Amino acid sequence: MTDASALYQLKGLSKRYTRGKETVAIFDGLDMTISQGDFIAIMGPSGSGKTTLLNLLGGIDKPSSGEVVFEGQRIDNLSQGRLAKWRAKNAGFIFQFYNLMPTLSAAQNVELPLLLTSLSGKARKERVKTALDIVGMVDRAGHRPGQLSGGQQQRVAIARAIVADPKVLLADEPTGDLDRTTADEILQTLQLLNKELGKTIIMVTHDPEAASYAARELHLNKGRFEEKGKA
Amino acid sequence: MLKQTTAVTLLNLRSIPQRWGMSLATVLSIALVVGVLLGFMAMASGFRATVDGAGSDDVAIMLRGGAMAEMNSNVSRDDVRLVEIAPGIAMGDDGEPLISSELYVVADGIKRTTQTRANLALRGLGRHGPALRPQFDMLEGRMFEPGTAELVVGESVLREFDGFELGQSIRLGSNEWTVVGVFSTGGSVFDSEIWADLGVIQNLYDRGSSVQTIRARLTSPEAIEALSEYVENEPRLNLEVLSERAYFARSAGGTTNLIMFLGWPLAFAMAIGALAGAWNAMYASVDARTRELATLRAIGFGGFPAFFAAITEALVLAFAGGLVGAVATYLLFDGVSASTLGSGFTQVVFAFAVTPDAVVQGVILALIVGFLGGFIPAIRAARIPLLAVHND
Repeated sequence: MTDASALYQLKGLSKRYTRGKETVAIFDGLDMTISQGDFIAIMGPSGSGKTTLLNLLGGIDKPSSGEVVFEGQRIDNLSQGRLAKWRAKNAGFIFQFYNLMPTLSAAQNVELPLLLTSLSGKARKERVKTALDIVGMVDRAGHRPGQLSGGQQQRVAIARAIVADPKVLLADEPTGDLDRTTADEILQTLQLLNKELGKTIIMVTHDPEAASYAARELHLNKGRFEEKGKA
Repeated sequence: MLKQTTAVTLLNLRSIPQRWGMSLATVLSIALVVGVLLGFMAMASGFRATVDGAGSDDVAIMLRGGAMAEMNSNVSRDDVRLVEIAPGIAMGDDGEPLISSELYVVADGIKRTTQTRANLALRGLGRHGPALRPQFDMLEGRMFEPGTAELVVGESVLREFDGFELGQSIRLGSNEWTVVGVFSTGGSVFDSEIWADLGVIQNLYDRGSSVQTIRARLTSPEAIEALSEYVENEPRLNLEVLSERAYFARSAGGTTNLIMFLGWPLAFAMAIGALAGAWNAMYASVDARTRELATLRAIGFGGFPAFFAAITEALVLAFAGGLVGAVATYLLFDGVSASTLGSGFTQVVFAFAVTPDAVVQGVILALIVGFLGGFIPAIRAARIPLLAVHND
């Protein structure tokens, strides 16, 4: 059964770790549908599996059992090589600690995903400029990460995540390392990407205020979802 | 794939300065390996060049059969007379055969650098002796007078040993000598010798009328055939006939091989040490970039660019090490004068020669060390778990 409007469908998803002789289940038999254009905040206590879920959605980890279906196609059983290609085409990642390359300028960092496409050098430069423009960082294009504040680095990381025009943005605690004001600016940027450009965003956070920027909040607790409707 | 690989490789190389301590240690340890290897090779080729330079094809050397070296040879006065009438030997302007009977003994000299005693060859030679050394040139003073306690010294002796200045009196063993001339033979082994009159040496050192070698100028390099045939067919003679070049090649072979047999194993042992250093540095490099590499993989980059980039970094460091080693060896050793025991237990002074060929071999050794040291860390770089993106 596939839902035509669904971007993601999770079917009976389980993730278990073996710790010594013990097997620990992070979650067991999780079902969920994420629609195109959603902005979802996944919340929950530490160890509830928020980040693990994000890894499974982003194809950087594999489930113990169950299926991850993206646009009607299973991605959990793809080979590493196919999965890398899938990520390059469909997913943009935003990390808590930005994960920028310290020796590259902001523009060079943003250009990285485009090196996996067939775009010409000129076309890549234009795309980089557009992406930096969207996050308001054009005037910092030549700066290295070390010369930028945390908030500015996260903006560059967002530009890198959107530059190849992926279908989904996966953000892991994107404001976890930032002060309130800067965090709000970053969250407004994400909201803008969702509303204006129609990007599907899945964001893991433990900060209720950050979650309030999302359209849906899902609480992961003891391996189950509890959905909280928005006012 | 090319764009990816280039990008990751540049990323990697640019980050070397962030790990400069470790990178520098790798470069230096590889430089040291190459330096040691090239040092030995320079020594071997310098020694060979000196000894080769001493040999000419139209000079024949005759030693007692089976003697192998001058030191062990003994040739009687009667033998010399028989050789004087042999075919193939050139005549001088005075109508006499160009033959020099020679005898050498070991004398003590004081080395300038260490002020320690070292062996020197004191050669007694006939009046045609100098003419049998093609590049012989009297630099200062004059030739010794036959029958006197005068000597002439090679320029290397003057440079390396104390007390041989022109006009100086010097005591060798129990005898007092006067230095009357300084000669050069164009950098060959003879420059490390002291020459005096054969008869005087025979007397002072109690050698009767016997000598060790007979040196003869041939009419042409081919004439050695005729001379050899004559010596072989003359039952009273038990002599080995060699061209001077063949004689020196044979005596240099041992020393050159000894130098090389010491040099390669030592360089090899040190290379293993440098390999461990390179391995360590590359592991540190990959570890330092774990999150970066995982992030690239998450973005969609393949494992190969990470592997290639790490190997390239190792090779770049190794190449730098190789060059530093080669340049340092060249600056420190090329042309530097050294001396060693020649096959006759006397000092042969020679110049280190750092040849382009040796430099190439040194750099290749460096690259091998870099490749082997970088290989396993590079595989690790290609296999960084994606989940490392969350490392902080």
